[in-house]
Amino acid sequence: MRRAPVLALLALAIAFPLVAKDYDAIYYVSFASRVMIYALAATSLNLILGYGGMISFGHAAFVGAGAYAAGVLLVEGITSAWIGWPAAMAVSALLALAIGAVSLRTRGVYFIMITLAFAQMAYYLTVSMKAYGGEEGLNLPSRATLGFGLELKDDVTFYYTVLVLLVVALVLLQRLVHARFGRAVQAIRENETRMQAIGYPTFQYKLICFVIAGAFGGLAGALLANQSNYVNPSLLHWTQSGMLMIMVILGGVGYRYGGLIGAVVLLGIEELIANHKIAWLAALLPNYQQHALLGVGLILLAVVLFAPQGLAGLFARPAPAGNGRG
Amino acid sequence: MVEGLLSVRDLSKRFGGLIATDGVSLEVIAGEIHALIGPNGAGKTTLIEQLSGAMPPDAGAIRFGSVDITGRPQHERVRLGLARSYQVTSIFPKFTVLDNIALAVQARSGSSVSFWRPRDSETALFDEARRLIGQVGLAGRETALAGTLAHGEQRQLEVGLALATQPKLLLLDEPMAGMGPEESERMIGLIDSLRQNVTVLLIEHDMAAVFRLADRVSVLVFGRVIATGDPVAIRNNAEVKRAYLGDEAAT
Repeated sequence: MRRAPVLALLALAIAFPLVAKDYDAIYYVSFASRVMIYALAATSLNLILGYGGMISFGHAAFVGAGAYAAGVLLVEGITSAWIGWPAAMAVSALLALAIGAVSLRTRGVYFIMITLAFAQMAYYLTVSMKAYGGEEGLNLPSRATLGFGLELKDDVTFYYTVLVLLVVALVLLQRLVHARFGRAVQAIRENETRMQAIGYPTFQYKLICFVIAGAFGGLAGALLANQSNYVNPSLLHWTQSGMLMIMVILGGVGYRYGGLIGAVVLLGIEELIANHKIAWLAALLPNYQQHALLGVGLILLAVVLFAPQGLAGLFARPAPAGNGRG
Repeated sequence: MVEGLLSVRDLSKRFGGLIATDGVSLEVIAGEIHALIGPNGAGKTTLIEQLSGAMPPDAGAIRFGSVDITGRPQHERVRLGLARSYQVTSIFPKFTVLDNIALAVQARSGSSVSFWRPRDSETALFDEARRLIGQVGLAGRETALAGTLAHGEQRQLEVGLALATQPKLLLLDEPMAGMGPEESERMIGLIDSLRQNVTVLLIEHDMAAVFRLADRVSVLVFGRVIATGDPVAIRNNAEVKRAYLGDEAAT
């Protein structure tokens, strides 16, 4: 994507809460925070799915593990975000290390199934954690503290915190993709056998990539927990993994802003259908709001059929002659 | 027997009832071009798979220089200087020729677990890649996508990828496979030019090429090495004639 539209969008994102406050639309600031958190989660999935070619169907486990780690620390009285959020990333990274060490030995559909199975195991583990709410989930006393006079309780401050973390994560992951490591990982996606034959320990590379993605997924989870002051097992449910995958496919597999675009479009459509009655559509289909998922499904189908590269593929310049896609 | 750069001792590999490698012993001496010939199904590629580390042998030992590499993973063997090419072209078709070779250069020049510095800013990497591209005869094709190259050019890139790892010993699995006479001639020239710097174990069906290039020849039949010697001796070996031409011709 070209630089100018990205900077324009960033300026818009910075200005948005100021405008929204004036119009008494603080709800949308909160909604936008949620979208950005999911954008972070989907972007981390896109690193392994798009660039690494590892079709993981268990990414919600890392998001959920981060959410629980952050949540449990808050409940136990450790409120500093400087401890809680890195801790959440560490927990998710360790979980990714364990899951990756086993599942990356498999290929294709087996990899998809085994990541799904591990994520469901993590889901049932949280269900059985009676001390931390079990099936009911865990209400958190408050959001984390940031220091420097910044109050995360304030939705606008929280919004900017999420925005900064999302931008930092996007920059870091983009550097990674174009650095030696990212080039190697993309080449492994294309031809793993040959990469071994020219001297790469491909399993280790894929595992490192998997762990990095897990850590950023964990950060997204910590932010999600803080935003809603609540964590529950459904964060780790396989449908969450599926939703993150849909975001990536919708936005553009292996595109820099694929995860971001997917999260904005998918959550935007859901919001539009669920909370806004569109008059002409209601006239046509009186009960359309009860069938929101059908609408999302139709849109996904249209994207897969007419824009197989995802929405980012429509905007991005054609893939350069190098091995990056955008 | 002469102590070689590569010594293989009693290597065996069996797939169910099929014995693909049946007690193979083989010495490749530093500096030579050693051809490995044999009829279809003799187990040549299976042997290469084991030598390169892509497939573990059931029994036997492989020594490379002074190191026993029998249990070493493939990437460590490549670091030690043992690289291979493939009979069926295995390249990165969606990447440019330059990117293909740069990946192989990158593998042996420092760590690739590097997350920040853009790879494309490493001029030394690409200078070296360009030099190699020239060496394998692909100068001018740097920016072409590897998948769009002609078959012969892809075979040159295939050898280039192996060569870019700076091997001491190059295992070439039928580099002339599917090539026309002109392309074959170019490949023969390329392999001949490696003679000073790299030891080569060459699997090849084209006998004319084998007898022009090889210092020594080993013949593999039904998973066994039935003869090793200089090309003239192999040409006149009765057992080899029998294996290639059938019993009537030899008697």
